[in-house]
Amino acid sequence: MSTELTFSQVDPYAGLKAAAGIGRADILATMKTANIRGRGGAGFPVSVKWNLAAAAVGPEKFIVCNADEGEPGTFKDRLVLSEHADLVFDGMTIAAIAAGAQKGILYLRGEYVYMLNDLETVLARRREDGMLGQNSAGRIGFDFDVEIRLGSGAYVCGEETALIESLEGHRGEPRNRPPFPVDTGYLGRPTVVNNVETLAWAACILARGAEWFNRIGTEQSAGPKLLSISGDCENPGVYEFPLGVSITEVLKVVGAEDAKAVQIGGASGQCVPAGNFERKIAFEDVATGGSIIVFGPGRDMLDVARNFMEFFVDESCGQCTPCREGNEKLLEGIEMLAAGTCSMKYLRELCSLGKTMQVASKCGLGQSSPNAFLSIVEHFPDEILGRAEGTVA
Amino acid sequence: MTDNPKDIKSSDRAPKAQRGQVVQKPDGVDAIGAKITVNIDGQDIKVPMGTTILEAARKFGIRIPTLCHHDDLCVAGVCRVCVVEIEGQRALQASCAYPITSPLKIKTHTPQVRRARRHIIDLLLSKHYGECYTCFRNNNCELQSLAKEYGVDFFRFGHPEKPMYEKDNSSYAVVRDMNKCVLCRRCVRTCIDLQEVGVLEAAHRSSDTRIETFLDKPLSDVVCINCGQCINRCPTGALTANDPTDEVWAAIDDPTKHVTIQTAPSPRAGIGECFGLEPGTPMTFEMNTALRRCGFDKVFDTNFTADLTIIEEGTELLLRLYKALVEKDETVALPQFTSCSPGWVKFMEHFYPEMLPNMSSAKSPQQMFGALIKTFYAEQQGIDPSNIVSVALMPCSAKKFECNRPEMTDSGFKDVDYGLTTREMAKMISEAGIHLPDMPKSDFDAPFGTATGSGVIFGATGGVMEAALRSVIELVCGVRAEDLFEHANIIPVRGFEGTRLVELPIENVGPVPDVFKKLVPNWDWLKGATLKVGVCHGTANAKKVLDDIKNGGEFSKCHFIEFMACPGGCLGGGGQPIPTTPEIRAARAEAIYAEDRSYGVRKSHENPVIWELYEKFLTDGPCGHISHKLLHTQYTARGKYI
Ligand SMILES: Cc1cc2nc3c(=O)[nH]c(=O)nc-3n(C[C@H](O)[C@H](O)[C@H](O)COP(=O)(O)O)c2cc1C
Ligand code: SF4
Ligand code: SF4
Ligand code: SF4
Ligand code: SF4
Ligand code: FES
Repeated sequence: MSTELTFSQVDPYAGLKAAAGIGRADILATMKTANIRGRGGAGFPVSVKWNLAAAAVGPEKFIVCNADEGEPGTFKDRLVLSEHADLVFDGMTIAAIAAGAQKGILYLRGEYVYMLNDLETVLARRREDGMLGQNSAGRIGFDFDVEIRLGSGAYVCGEETALIESLEGHRGEPRNRPPFPVDTGYLGRPTVVNNVETLAWAACILARGAEWFNRIGTEQSAGPKLLSISGDCENPGVYEFPLGVSITEVLKVVGAEDAKAVQIGGASGQCVPAGNFERKIAFEDVATGGSIIVFGPGRDMLDVARNFMEFFVDESCGQCTPCREGNEKLLEGIEMLAAGTCSMKYLRELCSLGKTMQVASKCGLGQSSPNAFLSIVEHFPDEILGRAEGTVA
Repeated sequence: MTDNPKDIKSSDRAPKAQRGQVVQKPDGVDAIGAKITVNIDGQDIKVPMGTTILEAARKFGIRIPTLCHHDDLCVAGVCRVCVVEIEGQRALQASCAYPITSPLKIKTHTPQVRRARRHIIDLLLSKHYGECYTCFRNNNCELQSLAKEYGVDFFRFGHPEKPMYEKDNSSYAVVRDMNKCVLCRRCVRTCIDLQEVGVLEAAHRSSDTRIETFLDKPLSDVVCINCGQCINRCPTGALTANDPTDEVWAAIDDPTKHVTIQTAPSPRAGIGECFGLEPGTPMTFEMNTALRRCGFDKVFDTNFTADLTIIEEGTELLLRLYKALVEKDETVALPQFTSCSPGWVKFMEHFYPEMLPNMSSAKSPQQMFGALIKTFYAEQQGIDPSNIVSVALMPCSAKKFECNRPEMTDSGFKDVDYGLTTREMAKMISEAGIHLPDMPKSDFDAPFGTATGSGVIFGATGGVMEAALRSVIELVCGVRAEDLFEHANIIPVRGFEGTRLVELPIENVGPVPDVFKKLVPNWDWLKGATLKVGVCHGTANAKKVLDDIKNGGEFSKCHFIEFMACPGGCLGGGGQPIPTTPEIRAARAEAIYAEDRSYGVRKSHENPVIWELYEKFLTDGPCGHISHKLLHTQYTARGKYI
């Protein structure tokens, strides 16, 4: 089930045509006025990223659309790509005009291979319509085209530098940053990596105007946001909400008012207990790339924590020490809690380890993998601490 | 390691997973004055743009611990031991991987940083199975030092009680014990980046990550060239050389055995480091005494056969040139490649089998020595060769493989029984209760104790070429090497650039010395020619040179090229003391050149014992029948097969 999405109301090509008419400087200015931030999770301002790429020097530049959508509980990019692919390609082409790129790559999650034919058909039509290829969108000398590349199922390949490594044919392992992709990306060239949804919004902004976008949401979190909502609720699905919406409102719409907690931002996000449901979904409060998982009253939060930690133990690339070994220790700790053999002292040690992982890991995966564990320990002391050794009745 | 600025293209035969993660430094920032002031622990420091935080801190004596960082290798940023706090940034940053491009305020040991380091060390120890007492790297282990430095007093996250992996003992050169591996990937980067062999890779993910060979095969079954460079850069005891000291002790303790040891030039320049001396402190004569006290019956100088190599390999080169230039024989393979580095030989056999005809057929000095000890020496001394145990002290792990090659039995026995590394020798010396620096000095034993400065410099990259040129100048041009180069120091072939090209015009020729009279009528055909030679060290550089030859580049015009598998040449060999850095290798090179200068006789062809040997034993002269049987060999085109 879904609400009516803005994407259904914006015509394909409209944003791109507008962009082609105004050119690089005005596109960058429009993105700045719209104040749009990345929809992939980190919320990096789009205008800053595009500006950096535009300023970077390189013999060629790339636009990469991150369609790896691997965060547990996220499925909004799938919907966008299957129903509004044109907006995404419009967005990539707009980004290319802004950054001065010649080539686009759509990095498609391996499991989405079933969409490949349809997406290729869209691309073929766009070439026929002059939106791609020589003098794309009628801009003389702007020869932009898009290639689709498939991922192979590693969650970490959604991290932009691991994605680039994967594109280059290497192990999907995040790189050291700096240098950032806008400077040294795919093949060492300046590269813009943006989320599917971000690019589609960019097309809408060009079509409808920056003010329209900026009016929605909060000061720091402009615009609407797609949320993939799943778990213990009556109407799971993809919804569009203005950023700044409270968790309570969201839960009301999806039919989950009895929720005990929600996991916002997927496995790497945080677990918010019912007491905090007035908090806002926004970059300045509870940020999310789009995943919201609802936990009903019957859920055992230790199971929830275990489920997330198992995910990270599987998905860490294994490159850096805190994440490679730390996730395993946290999972072991959860097993010990379940068995009643984890002392309070060791639990404190694990929480402290979690804090180290958050700051010392090399990439966002290890920096956020302890979040769920830490927030569950913090917010559900009765369910967790009650299981520490010596506290079991 | 610097490369030839002439950016010769190399092919991509090695996997590239960890490559390219180099911190890029903008060109010429010093020139345009692009310096940035950073504040580290309250001190303002001006550094060139692009300097890493680690480099900046080191420059000012601020110590930041490291584990995966190595001065010879590209940045990895994986262990996270070197994290520091940067003001205004939420996460800590790996100082080894963070290039400074803007003014930063950095703190290197805040409570958060110390906690992170301690956690990281604890996490590593929770997966580290090993007992320091029984470990070759005891007291020389970076993990152990870190644990001490950060006051590890208990295993916070546990400690394995039994091994998780089986040791891989299959290779003659390198033993892998992955129970001690901390996944710093230095070995991977060494093998791929430094050597471009690419035997080791990180396999699997997350906590299953392991360093593996192709399909996890034993090291003996993959294309490892035995260079041991990975051992030298491993911070722990996960990689060690295959250690035959027990067998050597057993031979020494067996009264029926006559145990000889030949010692190569590089171990003398390095072994002092194992006894706490500064790198570059030569221990040649102290070591001779120590070896005798350990119980070796004779202590010989491998430099003797280095001189012999020069004569044999030089003769071979002159014959090739004669065939090509005078007899116009187009089948002659030129340039001729040196063959004294067994890692390089195996590299060729695997990766460039089609170019094996270019290899000199001369054996390495170690194997020439082996063949002579169990023939000439045995005969001369009246010892039954089956009672001789011939040991070689080498800076090299590939020498262990070399002496076990099935073809290295031309004496009728295994020509060299055991190859010991510098590190293993230091251990034996310590075991004998000897503190090496305290030893009185003594000389080598006759008859193979006489060598020249030319033999000594075999230890440094460019040394073989310099030795060869000294002799060629004198034997062909009829002038003294000193007349062309001050003190016969042929500086252009020295240095640490990855590849070097040198030209030597032959303006005049002299009379043909007696030993060559059978081979060439005169030298007139060389008059006016320009001898072109190349020097190259590290197999990554070798690859560039070989590809350049194939593409008809500068190196294809060479007549003779020296190749050494190890960066720096033998002095940086896989059997040398750990650690190794560019500075340490430079200090060892200095020790080697100093020893060369100290010799009265500095040219191989002036070694009187060599000519005695040709007179009495190798009676049909250089490259003659007997020498071919004992001192030359043939190679196996292995390709990807073993
Ligand atoms: C472990 C990990 C997984 C990620 N997975 C995705 C993903 O599946 N899709 C995505 O768009 N961004 C993902 N990101 C974020 C990207 O690194 C990057 O920030 C994003 O693609 C930038 O696009 P945006 O600015 O448009 O949000 C991931 C980050 C991390 C650390
Ligand atoms: S944090 Fe985890 S996923 Fe990221 S680089 Fe480190 S090990 Fe790999
Ligand atoms: S590798 Fe280091 S820490 Fe491990 S057993 Fe050996 S000496 Fe000890
Ligand atoms: S010995 Fe040399 S070739 Fe073999 S694994 Fe080590 S570095 Fe690679
Ligand atoms: S074997 Fe040694 S060098 Fe290689 S990853 Fe393990 S600890 Fe590091
Ligand atoms: S030394 Fe910097 S991350 Fe390992």
